[in-house]
Amino acid sequence: MTGNGYLQIGLYLAALLLLAWPLGLYMARVYVGELPVYVRWLRPLENGLYRLSGIKSEEGMSWLRYAMAFLVFNLLGLLVVYALQRLQLWLPLNPQGLGNVTPDSAFNTAISFATNTNWQGYSGEVTMSYLTQMAGLSVQNFVSAASGMAVLVAVVRGFVQREADRIGNFWVDLTRSTLYVLLPLSLILAVVLVSQGVVQTFAPSQTVELSQPAQYEKAKLGADGQALQDAAGKPVMEATLDTKQTIAVGPAASQVAIKQLGTNGGGFFNVNSAHPLENPTPLANFLEMLAILIIPAALCITFGKMVGDTRQGVAILAAMTLVLVGLGAVCVGAEQAGNPLFDRLGLATQASELSAGGNMEGKEARFGIVNSAMWATATTAASNGSVNAMHDSFTPMGGLVPMWLMQLGEVIFGGVGSGLYGMLMFAIVAVFVAGLMIGRTPEYLGKKIEAFEVKMAAVAILVPPLVVLLGAAIAVVVAPGVAGIANPGAHGFSEILYAFSSAGNNNGSAFGGLSANTPFYNGMLGLAMLMARYWLVIAVLAIAGSLAAKKIIPASAGTLPTHTPLFVLLLIGSVIVVGALTFLPALALGPVVEQLQMLGVN
Amino acid sequence: MLKELKPAFVMLLGLTVVTGVAYPLLVTGIAQGLFPNAANGSLIEQDGKVVGSALIGQQFTDPKYFWGRPSATGPVPYNAAASSGSNQGPLNPALEDAVKGRIAALKAADPSQTAPIPVDLVTASGSGLDPHISPAAAAWQAPRVARLRGLSEAEVTKLIAAHTQERQLGVLGEPRVNVLPLNLALDHPAKP
Repeated sequence: MTGNGYLQIGLYLAALLLLAWPLGLYMARVYVGELPVYVRWLRPLENGLYRLSGIKSEEGMSWLRYAMAFLVFNLLGLLVVYALQRLQLWLPLNPQGLGNVTPDSAFNTAISFATNTNWQGYSGEVTMSYLTQMAGLSVQNFVSAASGMAVLVAVVRGFVQREADRIGNFWVDLTRSTLYVLLPLSLILAVVLVSQGVVQTFAPSQTVELSQPAQYEKAKLGADGQALQDAAGKPVMEATLDTKQTIAVGPAASQVAIKQLGTNGGGFFNVNSAHPLENPTPLANFLEMLAILIIPAALCITFGKMVGDTRQGVAILAAMTLVLVGLGAVCVGAEQAGNPLFDRLGLATQASELSAGGNMEGKEARFGIVNSAMWATATTAASNGSVNAMHDSFTPMGGLVPMWLMQLGEVIFGGVGSGLYGMLMFAIVAVFVAGLMIGRTPEYLGKKIEAFEVKMAAVAILVPPLVVLLGAAIAVVVAPGVAGIANPGAHGFSEILYAFSSAGNNNGSAFGGLSANTPFYNGMLGLAMLMARYWLVIAVLAIAGSLAAKKIIPASAGTLPTHTPLFVLLLIGSVIVVGALTFLPALALGPVVEQLQMLGVN
Repeated sequence: MLKELKPAFVMLLGLTVVTGVAYPLLVTGIAQGLFPNAANGSLIEQDGKVVGSALIGQQFTDPKYFWGRPSATGPVPYNAAASSGSNQGPLNPALEDAVKGRIAALKAADPSQTAPIPVDLVTASGSGLDPHISPAAAAWQAPRVARLRGLSEAEVTKLIAAHTQERQLGVLGEPRVNVLPLNLALDHPAKP
């Protein structure tokens, strides 16, 4: 890697950690209702929403009622997104006249956006009308993220409260997350992105004159609009000459901003943030990448502040950052080392000031290697899933990093809210393990960790791997699963494993070659996303309720301090060991075999 | 459960109005007011005609032009109505065939150029719409373009330099050359 590569990565980490601090403290104030002056003018809007919906904002909820509100709200959102897709042809704001989405694809996408996964089975610019993108997908980008943040805040209250049976009000946490955190940040980011060239318009696609007309063959259509076939059943091709280029545009900036901030990741265009109109410049790339991790990072500080000891939050943030940097280095290194094939063919692959070198297949020239590999690491560490390069074309080791980051359970930063509550499950397991190993009383933040909490944490930690491995196992033995594979050999298996890792951990990124817009994959991946999100949330909220009911026990000589480097290592160890034990066999069949083949063939 | 139905319904409606209608409209208003060109696709006009976008590449196969990154969009390369990468894995034989084909085409267009080809010139971009190539990839093509245009290599090198974007803020991203404006400048030389 070049000196500039280190500089870019260092700059990114510095900006992330420096901004996480004030944002974290700000959010801690928001969740207890102490609004800073500059957002207080939004308060009438907040109160208006409560009045209209008949919510008593000061009324706390039991964990069960909290979970119920969460589920009902998510289900309703899911239905709206489904309906919008199925009816878009007859609704306004559809200048390209895009047809109604098929039932299986609409089912998959509705789940995908309600669960904060944002798996893209569809191709944005040729499938979704502007109305569907705005009123359906964009809204879920906000509220699915806000739902995750709400659940996290409820868990934090579980630690803070003593002998209480209430963990806060879901509607209040949801509304405050949306109005005071996601909305202002999105507005600022969206405007800055437009200044860099991200489109924001309601105009239909633009047409421009080509300097050199494009000659190509395309399938000839019959009078009925269907592709004609010759006697042998092959499509009839006709030579075509295009003198114009059609450029899809739309209200992208507003959606791109929240898709990054809310760890959603569903792109406006098919190729997501690799598209020049979605991510036009290195600065836009830097800011979007920052937006991916900023809220998950800041929530660690919020957590520390709310439990009354910021060191606790810093310890968790440190654990996340260490894993991110370690795996990021592997990914950047693998992509820069590149594909031996390119060296065999005599290409210039060295990085220099004049060329990024490395494995440039599927990457954009303005991002080169460092920004593509760093993005891949950040987007899968967080459960974001947006891509600025095609992960399917990464080297085997470069592709293993994002896949494994998802398989770790989306707890290295993870989704907004969901990443930290997932990590807190590992913290519970870590203190429990420490209790067994070095004879400490299992307690965390003054709350005794007992059988119920450990059981629920185990459920939360084990459901995603179960969904991932079972789903992938089914897909590789049935015909419709195998039919979706694009690349031959071990890489084809990686495509399937990646898809289920992504859906089963609510990430949403893909090895894009897999033809996943089929009834089989739309259904299977849809179910995977549902189970991963909601089973987890219920287990996590049950822990919140159980913790809230407990007394706070003062720290004693038998207490394991949870803000020390030792605990950071213990936490990283728990995450890595579970992730490695669960997934190494599967990874050995995909990326590991492929890496060995790559070295052998060339 | 039923008790939560009304708040769920009203909240979803209310938040849809705020985040799904008011927010995108507000961003559109600000965008169109402050950055109208960028908000509408950064279109380039020449002689009263819209000839492209500064952010979207076009397909160039004529040797007198600089060629951009290979594009995997269908049915035609650089189809900006349906972006796509190749999604070919590193060991896919189709990738090897494609890269070999691109090398052959570049060498056929300029047999006298024997320097190693920069990797970005023969690998498909992520979006299929990449407007840029590396400065090395532009320099590799300079002798060919100079010869076919009847220009000196120094003149072409100067033109490349004028269309090279350095790292943003001196640090971010990679140095790059925007192919379409460079080719437009070749077609429409500035009057002395």
